Amino acid sequence: MGAYILKRLVSAVPVLLGITVIVFLIMAMIPGDPATAILGSYATPDNVEKLNRDLGLDKPLVQRYFIWLGNMVQGDFGRSFSLNRPVLDEILERFNATLILAGTSFVICALLGILAGVVSAARQYGLADKAITFAVLIGISIPSFFLGMMMILLFAVNLRWLPVSGMYAIYGGGDLPDLLRHLAMPATALAVVATGVIARLSRSAMLEVLRQDFIRTARAKGVPERGVIWRHALKAAMVSIIPVLGIQAGFVLSGSVYIEIVFQWPGVGRMLVDAILTRDILLVQGGVVFVAACYVMFNIVVDVAQSLLDPRIKP
Amino acid sequence: MIITWTRRTVLAATVAAAGLGLGLAPLAGPAAAQTPPGVLVVGQIAEPKALDPAAVTAVNDFRILMNVYDGLVRYRSGTLEVEPALATAWETSEDGTEYTFTLREGVTFHDGSPFDAEAVKFNFDRMLNEDHPYHDTGPFPLAFFFSAIEETEVVDDMTVRFHLNEPYAPFLSNLAYPTGLLVSPAAVAEHGSDYGRTPSGTGPFRFVEWQSNQRVVVERNPDYWDGAPELEAVVFRPITDANTRTAEMLAGGIDLMVEVPPVALSEFQDTEDYTVHEQAGPHVWFLILNLREGPFTDRRVRQAANYAIDKEAIVNDVLEGTAEVAAGPTPPAFAWAYNDALEPYPHDPDRARELIAEAGAEGAELTFFVTEGGSGMLDPVAMGTAIQADLEAVGFDVAIETYEWNTFLGEVNPGLEGKADMAEMAWMTNDPDTLPFLALRTEAMPDQGGFNSGYYSNPEVDALLEEARVATDQERRADLYKQMQAIVHEDAPWVFVANWKQNAVTGANVENFQLEPSFFLLLHDVEKN
Repeated sequence: MGAYILKRLVSAVPVLLGITVIVFLIMAMIPGDPATAILGSYATPDNVEKLNRDLGLDKPLVQRYFIWLGNMVQGDFGRSFSLNRPVLDEILERFNATLILAGTSFVICALLGILAGVVSAARQYGLADKAITFAVLIGISIPSFFLGMMMILLFAVNLRWLPVSGMYAIYGGGDLPDLLRHLAMPATALAVVATGVIARLSRSAMLEVLRQDFIRTARAKGVPERGVIWRHALKAAMVSIIPVLGIQAGFVLSGSVYIEIVFQWPGVGRMLVDAILTRDILLVQGGVVFVAACYVMFNIVVDVAQSLLDPRIKP
Repeated sequence: MIITWTRRTVLAATVAAAGLGLGLAPLAGPAAAQTPPGVLVVGQIAEPKALDPAAVTAVNDFRILMNVYDGLVRYRSGTLEVEPALATAWETSEDGTEYTFTLREGVTFHDGSPFDAEAVKFNFDRMLNEDHPYHDTGPFPLAFFFSAIEETEVVDDMTVRFHLNEPYAPFLSNLAYPTGLLVSPAAVAEHGSDYGRTPSGTGPFRFVEWQSNQRVVVERNPDYWDGAPELEAVVFRPITDANTRTAEMLAGGIDLMVEVPPVALSEFQDTEDYTVHEQAGPHVWFLILNLREGPFTDRRVRQAANYAIDKEAIVNDVLEGTAEVAAGPTPPAFAWAYNDALEPYPHDPDRARELIAEAGAEGAELTFFVTEGGSGMLDPVAMGTAIQADLEAVGFDVAIETYEWNTFLGEVNPGLEGKADMAEMAWMTNDPDTLPFLALRTEAMPDQGGFNSGYYSNPEVDALLEEARVATDQERRADLYKQMQAIVHEDAPWVFVANWKQNAVTGANVENFQLEPSFFLLLHDVEKN
């Protein structure tokens, strides 16, 4: 197993190098340079040239790439032009916020989705099934940012139950209940679409399983219906539900960009959007490489875990 | 066995997580308590870049800086005319190349270090001298505001003299601009390149903390030379999305909101819970016309474009009254230099058709560069579409090309030749000199480093602007600018569209707030109950 992990880690290196080349080239080719973005109305050729020199952007492309890569390997991601602080500090802070948001959202959509799917399947074509299917279709169809704005209007502006935006209260906040209050709306808004998808797929996975012989046997033996559904059928259906959860986890993470903007959540998605608009080259490059590295690591962990769980998958 | 056990663990973990998730709902209790009296929460449009006045360029950052720092001079409240601040008096030499400032006694920076002539010299040397030990705390993108300074001389402890390499009339108003705010040399020495996150000035509020993407907090400076402010503290919150900012204002999460989107204004009007503030500023929104090729080489066609576009409809309907119709290249906010004899081109499609017929430009095809957004651009796509419709109504055939802001600047700034007949543009400046000098002179063509992207050239205008820049007498300067405006109005190298009125909303408990024509946010006198 150790050798397998090592092999996977080594094979990740060319992937990450490829990502650094791609993101570097994209940022080099994108029209508009950081000096123009910073200077705005005052971007005369003279001023742009001087600022580019101060920012170290006057060097040849290849040289800039290797300087950047060399520094990054040593843990120095450079300094952000637009935020005037080390790129890595910013990324770590922002990534933490995104993980809290996306993680909570994922828990919500996994639980509600599976629950709705199982209930739907158990009562196929019944009232509960129809109601859930209706709700799920609405959930899948509403764009999350729109839902977020509507939630703000209802729960924050009209009812005043929850704060509009941000991660912590300005005064007297900072503890867990405060965080949860700020998290409730964005995490729910972000979870809605994924919940719908998981519910639909859990339903069909359950229906598939419920038709199988062992379920009929269990019922014939006199196992109570609740036991048949939750103990026997769900366990078997989880084999096809878990990959869906994996895909939805990625969806929730990437979908957080819109939610982060609407709820002013200080996450990495909003950071990347802002950084692209201000042509903050080092922040975009560092952010993309960091997120990509996390995905690669996540994949390795999933593969390793799967081979541990399922004897049919050989490392 | 091991496998079954592991699967169970996975299921058990899922169930545990379920419990945690369901536990969330009851915790979502009532919203956080309102902020205490005396603490003003300001909804900003973005995270500041840095709190080092020499290093930043955005109005959003200036809103914080103006409350933490002072300059040698400042704009007198409600005007764009300078008055003493950290300098109590100044003298200008006959030839306009020496400015001698007498400094205010007994002022200290927030870190306790004294304010004196050495501190002033440090500030300008740091920005301008590449050999200065702290020049590397930059870059300083707007340092060219002071590029006329040849040397900053310490005459004595409380007297400082600037030697300019040529007379430069906008010098004083540049000193009043945020780039001229003065930082504590001791704090720069202590924090180096992190100074932008640990600022120290002489202003009415002292820096307390900066939580990234959440808030910047400043507190009352009880020793402020111009009297301690009323507020205990101010919290600046970055809220980039305009709808969210509006919702925060409605929910009481912020006390003061800047840049209210036009469509949201009605939420705050006609109610006693809020006050809407408006103030026209030194902003002009215009269309650059390409004078080098195509139909706009003919002055009659340029005037026709000015007649054809219904500017009233744009400011009232598209911008919901958040702007006024512009008459010429200089915004009325520069009251002393503004030519109020100028009338905006009226909306007169018939006159436009006549002029087009005279010039033989009927049915001319025009390429129109539009941006999606950008500093001071207001609502550029909707405005561009309205303009397109007006021009087509008088017989032009207009094709819009839309670009993201930085890409747009990359297309427009190098000049329109070979690309477009017209392009949207907007400027906010601090002196009536800046915009025409950089964008209307023959020597300001793009290949000479200027912003005259439409290639306007009129020797008379050139001469007036050159003279106004070196004239030290303000009345003489005003006269020159007024003549320039009349000529440019007639030549119509641009379509003059709008002057933006900056707006803000305050809650009922906020008093003594007013917007400034400079677009700075000054909180010294504000009270919150």
